[in-house]
Amino acid sequence: MRVIDYAVKIRVKPDNSGVVTDGVKHSMNPFCEIAVEEAVKLKEKKLVKEVVAVSCGPQQSQETIRTALAMGADRGIYVEVSGKDYESLGPLQVSKIMAALAKKEEAQLIILGKQAIDDDCNQTGQMTAALLDWPQGTFASEVSLDGDNVKVVREIDGGLETIRINTPAVLTADLRLNTPRYATLPNIMKAKKKKIANVKPADLGVDLTSRLEVLRVDEPPQRQAGMKVETVEDLVAKLKDAGRV
Amino acid sequence: MFPASRYACKAHRSIRALTTLQTDSAAPQLYTSIHRRTCSSVSTPRITTHYTIQPRDKDPRWEGIEMERFADEADVVIVGGGPAGLSAAIRLKQLANEQEKELRVCLVEKAPQIGAHTLSGACLEPSTLIELFPDWKERGAPLNTPVTEDVFSIFTKKHRIPVPILPGLPMQNHGNYIVRLGNLVRWLGEQAEEIGVEIYPGYAAAEVLFHEDGSVKGIATNDVGIAKDGSPKDVFERGMELHAKVTLFGEGCHGHLAKQLYKQFNLRENCEPQTYAIGLKELWMIDEKKWRPGRAEHSVGWPLDRNTYGGSFLYHLNEGEPLVALGLVVGLDYSNPYLSPFKEFQRWKHHPFVASTLEGGQRIAYGARALNEGGFQCIPKLTFPGGLLIGCSPGFMNVPKIKGTHTAMKSGMLAAEAIFPKITAENLDSETAGIHVPEYSESLKNSSVWKELHAVRNIRPSFHNYFGLYGGMVYTGIFYWMLRGKEPWTLKHGGMDANQLKPAKDCKPIEYPKPDGKISFDLLSSVALSGTNHEGDQPPHLTLKDDSVPVARNLAIYDGPEQRFCPAGVYEYVPVETGDGMRLQINAQNCVHCKTCDIKDPSQNINWVVPEGGGGPAYNGM
Repeated sequence: MRVIDYAVKIRVKPDNSGVVTDGVKHSMNPFCEIAVEEAVKLKEKKLVKEVVAVSCGPQQSQETIRTALAMGADRGIYVEVSGKDYESLGPLQVSKIMAALAKKEEAQLIILGKQAIDDDCNQTGQMTAALLDWPQGTFASEVSLDGDNVKVVREIDGGLETIRINTPAVLTADLRLNTPRYATLPNIMKAKKKKIANVKPADLGVDLTSRLEVLRVDEPPQRQAGMKVETVEDLVAKLKDAGRV
Repeated sequence: MFPASRYACKAHRSIRALTTLQTDSAAPQLYTSIHRRTCSSVSTPRITTHYTIQPRDKDPRWEGIEMERFADEADVVIVGGGPAGLSAAIRLKQLANEQEKELRVCLVEKAPQIGAHTLSGACLEPSTLIELFPDWKERGAPLNTPVTEDVFSIFTKKHRIPVPILPGLPMQNHGNYIVRLGNLVRWLGEQAEEIGVEIYPGYAAAEVLFHEDGSVKGIATNDVGIAKDGSPKDVFERGMELHAKVTLFGEGCHGHLAKQLYKQFNLRENCEPQTYAIGLKELWMIDEKKWRPGRAEHSVGWPLDRNTYGGSFLYHLNEGEPLVALGLVVGLDYSNPYLSPFKEFQRWKHHPFVASTLEGGQRIAYGARALNEGGFQCIPKLTFPGGLLIGCSPGFMNVPKIKGTHTAMKSGMLAAEAIFPKITAENLDSETAGIHVPEYSESLKNSSVWKELHAVRNIRPSFHNYFGLYGGMVYTGIFYWMLRGKEPWTLKHGGMDANQLKPAKDCKPIEYPKPDGKISFDLLSSVALSGTNHEGDQPPHLTLKDDSVPVARNLAIYDGPEQRFCPAGVYEYVPVETGDGMRLQINAQNCVHCKTCDIKDPSQNINWVVPEGGGGPAYNGM
């Protein structure tokens, strides 16, 4: 997934319809990097035969796929979504696309990042599993593939949960799953020779219409300066003034 | 034990780095109090862990690590994806296509995308662009704002004295375009890719490679996966070698590989040491009522005193929204170590003439970069066996015009034209394995670039007189405007910028006003706007030749000028954790790659080397 780089300062468009993306530095979603790394590791352990990297979006998404290919994916699929369709592209549409592709490619495993850092939805993996009626291992911090099932250690609020699910399955990667390797220059050069297939959502029979309409995007309110008080009475008085007590 | 969570650590380290930065409110008395200064009761903590200073071949942590590099061959390798590098690449491919020859041209650039490390005013003279692409308009080059109004002022604290721009004066901008250079560079990058240049953004050239006979063989990109303490991480990988018949170095002002090449090939023996300035820039979205698209304003004077060279610019862009680009340039030959170019810039914005434009507006970008001021007297030898220097790296900026883009592009094009016949020749008789192309220097000497730089060569040095700025302006009026620079003498600059600082005890600290948060801002929030970031777990790329020099010399004699001239808050003198004394803390993640520290360090102890590729600012159309 191609998102605005995490270190860039986000700016809301003057008409409050979204954020400025033109010319802004974009990179692969950090959790997707971890997902790609896990897939490549599985291939290196000879547990899977082929790794296919998929991305949906405008032309520049192909750069993101190229990075995945440089990390070790075998081939790429680029799903062309641009303009208005891209602006309204959300987890529901992406999961429909993923489900369609998984059936087409007869995939055994879909590994996604747990969430995208631009919308923080944390829904695509789960929706994809539901559409395919496949088991899901989300927030994975450890993955062990064993024949026709997968043992997944999941990071949950209470600690760690270990589950065993049958393949084909959907996994979503959490932060501590692995440390992604660098896409080095020789690999980027080799990646230029790997194939990226071009697909349109219509070819997959996917309807991209969104059920959501973004009404408005605003910056978070400016942090107000704090106040120091000398006594407890002062504090109570100020709280009463502010209507908090 | 789980593997290092790269992103949590990255984010945490950046936040930690930003919050531990002492802000301006931290009492300056803390830094100047004498008893804390020189005597540190603990020995100097290790600051520099980079392998250029701590070699790896003797380091036990590096035993058994695979150090072989993958190598590839190209016809020409270009270091740097700026106007010069891209123009050279494009010209080479244009010639190759015209003459139906195959040519592999590879360009490496440290920025994550082409244009992300580009920062300039900028007022572009389109002459060279027209030469490169006569159909630039049809191709959609982003030259959208022709200059319609030229305003020049001398600022005093509260007022301005207008200065008429007579035709013929270097500041006249008729026929030029106000551009967002980052966008133009990005467009050049797209043109280059279309024409078949292999462009690799995010990969920095870290090392120059040499043949046995001493000629340049090519470059190697940076290694990745080295931890902050200098040891190899699990993801360590060697950089890659790119070999070429000729390597072009277009790193921009004060390039780090060029610094090595000057020494290696003694390229600076017949020219003066380069003198520089730092340019700080912001982009503002202003109130529509104040927007005058096409207006180019320049000023000199306040807040700089008459002996500190510098000036400002404020350009109204015309790209559909009320955007202005503004900034201050401060000559780095200043002598007062208490001067802070960043704070001068912030207080300049409060001048009534400027504040009136900015009121009600919003700042959307910030950045800084060093630029050349030396001009003609400082051009080094440009060619050596196996390579040559192009663009602002050797330095072709026309200082009074404050324009260097068109000359940089021209130098790139001339380089391409000089190299092409040699690398495509059937039987080239070359003495060295790396081809030497002295024809490039010759064609540059016969070009418009040389004539231009020669005509203005005495303007900048004319500021070194008792009347400073005013003497310089008088000189410009007489000798440039009337005589077109034909005077037979060539004035000298004052020597290296690093040697110009006076000891702190001989100078007065400058009282800067606190930022008001509406027009002027503090350093931290500005750095955040530059979008700069680096992989946290890597050796600091601001290397010190000797770790003890900052406290022993810079702090003791000059009161630590690096904490003031760095526009990104990289250098901080903080109290040591135990005992008395101060130590230098380097917040390398904040670096915006401006190169000012390497230039201005009075001890010349700081050596800027390139960090892992992809790190650095994320400028968007700066």
